[in-house]
Amino acid sequence: MNTEARPEARLASGSVGALAAMKAVFARDMKVAFRQRQDLLNPLLFFIMVVTLFPLGVSPEVSFLREAGAGILWVAALLSVLLSLDHLFRHDFDDGTLEQLVLQPQPLFLLILAKTLAHWMLTGLPLVLLTPVLGVMVHLDGNSIAVLCLTLLIGTPVLSLIGAIGAALTLGLRSAGVLLSLLIIPLYIPVLIFGTGTVAAAAEGAAVGAYVALMGAFLMLALTLAPFAAAAALKISLSNG
Amino acid sequence: MWQFFHKLGSPKWFFGISARFMPWLLAGGVLLLMAGVVWGLAFAPKDYLQGNSYRIIFIHVPTAFMAQSIYIMMASAAVVTLVWRMKLADVFVKAVTPVGLVLTFLALFTGAVWGKPTWGTWWIWDARLTSMLILLFLYGGVIALDRAINDEKSAARAVAVLVLVGVVNIPIIKYSVEWWNTLHQPATFKLTEKPSMPAEMWVPLLLSVLGLYMIFGWLACIRMQTEILSREQRTRWVKEFVMKGRS
Repeated sequence: MNTEARPEARLASGSVGALAAMKAVFARDMKVAFRQRQDLLNPLLFFIMVVTLFPLGVSPEVSFLREAGAGILWVAALLSVLLSLDHLFRHDFDDGTLEQLVLQPQPLFLLILAKTLAHWMLTGLPLVLLTPVLGVMVHLDGNSIAVLCLTLLIGTPVLSLIGAIGAALTLGLRSAGVLLSLLIIPLYIPVLIFGTGTVAAAAEGAAVGAYVALMGAFLMLALTLAPFAAAAALKISLSNG
Repeated sequence: MWQFFHKLGSPKWFFGISARFMPWLLAGGVLLLMAGVVWGLAFAPKDYLQGNSYRIIFIHVPTAFMAQSIYIMMASAAVVTLVWRMKLADVFVKAVTPVGLVLTFLALFTGAVWGKPTWGTWWIWDARLTSMLILLFLYGGVIALDRAINDEKSAARAVAVLVLVGVVNIPIIKYSVEWWNTLHQPATFKLTEKPSMPAEMWVPLLLSVLGLYMIFGWLACIRMQTEILSREQRTRWVKEFVMKGRS
């Protein structure tokens, strides 16, 4: 077999470095995702629909929407990331790919980091790109929208990383979806608070540098710690089945 | 020293030794708690600002203190579970999680009762209250995860991972909500400072905290014993123990 063309095949031989392995996992996840485009679209549609519920359900007043808009968008983004987390490991778990990943000679947490990064590129990033449109719909001003996009850009990878731990813990359990939300939502609260806090500060005309730096710190912390926890959880879940 | 360490991991050894000091824990705990609560409720001086309503502090502070303290103990036990695979550690985590949940709820409830006369409202989205509420969610999550996994060993280890992730997050949650919004008074006891209230108030408070600690110890022991009996039901010593109790 031509090993040059099949990075997955070379991966198993152990002759590739950790970085190449991460690239291969990332590329594979992207490819698989783009073969099922509807799955990519669903969290985005969910995001838009949740945002739509607030003007309809609470109040379409401009003053209310301007005040609550950033919070609504953040909560909707959080829920839609939460909803998509189930896909992070589920398919690979069902068809056995995940076990092969665990058996790789490369460190598991790096491979999980690559998977999580792919997950963020496919869910978090599109949410950020959609935010300006929805921001205009909830009457946010230009500066607020820019800050909101920035906080979501830093915040959604944190959501994906923390979520990976929950997805790994609940893998293969019955009613995994609800359980996942129960475990993960409490851990999402700090990100939500600082995300919306930044936008609120920006709306009052205050400097947002400190807030953004703190969110960056969250991202660094999640980036360095979460893959380890997720790797440990994944090994436990796989030994369970 | 190592022999002691190995013994500590043995459920049978724990079962024997805990039965010996449990009565002392219970007696001491009830005595201290009674002393603290009666002193606090009946004899401690009135607060010049809050009047008698402040007296709920003698229940509120011990429960809140224990609720947080139990989570930290659980996290230490979780490390032991993951690193040394000690059976007793995960028995401990499983046994005390519901206790922590109940105490967190009691702390929130007594806080609400205290908040009504003092702040004029049952609930407020304040930093301390919110972070206690999140602690309640974390306890609930731990119980839910434990119940969802059938295999005992993987349940113990998955719970240990979750507890540790939670403990990393607790300071973050605490400070994030603190910067976000606060109304609650600062901590009553600090290790480094002299208490700001007179001795007639803080001594009974300290007594009831210690009393609740001892009662928690007793509760943890009895719940761990039950858990050990059900886990080790196939071993000979459990059978002998049960038969002895029956004859």
